[in-house]
Amino acid sequence: MDKTVNQKAWFLVLPVFLVVAFSAVLPLMTVVNYSMQDTFGNNQFFWNGVGWFKELLDPSTDLGGRFLASLGRNLLFSLVILAIEVPLGIVVALSMPREGWTVAACLVILALPLLIPWNVVGTIWQIFGRPDIGLLGYVLNAMGFDYNYVSNDVDAWFTVIVMDVWHWTSLVALLCYAGLKSIPEAYYQAAQIDGASRWAVFKAIQLPKMNRVLLIAVLLRFMDSFMIYTEPFVVTGGGPGNSTTFVSIELVKIALGQFDLGKAAALSLVYNLIILIVCWIFYTVMTNAGVERKVQAESEPAAEPKPAAALKPVPALEPREGVA
Amino acid sequence: MHSIPGRRLIMGLFLIFLLLPIYWLVNMSFKTNSEIVSTMTLWPHNPTLQHYRRIFTDESWYSGYINSLEYVVLNTIISIAVALPAAYAFSRYRFLGDKHLFFWLLSNRMAPAAVYALPFFNLYSAIGLFDTPWAVALAHCIFNVPLAVWILEGFVSGVPREIDETAFLDGYSFPRFFIKILVPLIASGIGVSAFFCFMFSWVELLLARTLTSVHAKPIAAIMTRTVSAAGMDWGLLAAAGVLTIIPGALVIWFVRNYIARGFALGRV
Repeated sequence: MDKTVNQKAWFLVLPVFLVVAFSAVLPLMTVVNYSMQDTFGNNQFFWNGVGWFKELLDPSTDLGGRFLASLGRNLLFSLVILAIEVPLGIVVALSMPREGWTVAACLVILALPLLIPWNVVGTIWQIFGRPDIGLLGYVLNAMGFDYNYVSNDVDAWFTVIVMDVWHWTSLVALLCYAGLKSIPEAYYQAAQIDGASRWAVFKAIQLPKMNRVLLIAVLLRFMDSFMIYTEPFVVTGGGPGNSTTFVSIELVKIALGQFDLGKAAALSLVYNLIILIVCWIFYTVMTNAGVERKVQAESEPAAEPKPAAALKPVPALEPREGVA
Repeated sequence: MHSIPGRRLIMGLFLIFLLLPIYWLVNMSFKTNSEIVSTMTLWPHNPTLQHYRRIFTDESWYSGYINSLEYVVLNTIISIAVALPAAYAFSRYRFLGDKHLFFWLLSNRMAPAAVYALPFFNLYSAIGLFDTPWAVALAHCIFNVPLAVWILEGFVSGVPREIDETAFLDGYSFPRFFIKILVPLIASGIGVSAFFCFMFSWVELLLARTLTSVHAKPIAAIMTRTVSAAGMDWGLLAAAGVLTIIPGALVIWFVRNYIARGFALGRV
């Protein structure tokens, strides 16, 4: 369906534009302004040009070293949690009950961790992991592991990762579940007639249909884990040492802890730029996927996922798109 | 055919994994502090309501919940109100810079809150909104408005264009068509996006804490007070944590039938 060109549509978009511009553009200008200056307190500012940016990208300086180290830690963290959460989320989505009251029950429990305030998520795991009063820490120590997330780097990482898996796997699972629900019953019947194996059904029908939601899931999880702050801050405070200091934690330390506005602003801009680039890739891939889908659907309506020629839905059973 | 072998076992184990830490929090909230520190008990042996009683009788505690709910509700209303017309525009019309605008909105959803903490502090202090629910509600718009536009656009696109055309032929003015016809048609979409706005505003802490000091302090910030010279008041902390889970749980219960569709952002 073609959209009509109508410049008056801007009036409809104006409220959103104003609200977001107020919250985004003004602060961003402040950040750009600060990033070029140095301050010695008392609201006295000195022009520093691109000095902070040079320092930021040079690992030999204090600022640059801290930034690049936290960036590395953050990337590693994002990769690890993606590698765990995406497959686990798919498995959980495939394990959802088919119908009845258990579906609603599972959905509610799955969504529960998503609605817990982030600092409370931190608190829950802070308590749960403690060797003296927490079940996890107590059991691990009773089993003979010397587990203590306050003093041991590896244990701190383990706790933060398990916490993130606990917190966000549900999001991936719910997204995949929504994707699975949109597969018309006819596809499964066709596969059954063909005697397709369980794995073939997954590879030829379910995975292609989940493509789009999986893309959303991966990118949302990447973004959110890349700017994670509250949960690890509550649990480990960035420690022991600096071992769980991610970029946001480093940034807040510099900005609100040391009130080093210039450095913090420069870091913010570079950080924002990285996110913006990833976001742009995300957006381009998504819109292109949408166009491809449309073209494919128009040229050959019935055979969207083409598992095998024989897997076409039985004509009598019209594919029902969009299950409510 | 839909599911995999051993699905009950997998689902069961995963749900236990999700619920166990929450159970531990609830368990601790009913224990006395001496029981928490001295022994490892799987359920409270001397159940007590003292922590809950303290939260409900001490104004500095329960006002935190009211403050949080205040800005969350404000934010949800603002986000949906401004996002609805924009979602319609993005779904139906092509206009100068529409794609760029949409990307710009989306990029704000992805911007880290830590970047904005300090400038927001300056901005809202300058216009006199610091330490009011409005400051937090407006600040949270930066990630909730783009999300609401995104979800609602999917739902509006699901409404056939013929409905608009018929309504205009019948002599409906644009505002009347919008309120009388379009809004009821995408009611479930509005519910889903309200759910997401509520969720993200409720769980965010960094901005909420930075923009408030005394009067509008959110519950999440008040919880840090349980650290005192005498050590942690674990029971009180756990009870406060349990109470923050309840509003979310209630909201999920009301929208449980739309959750799956909502997570696909109305687009699957």
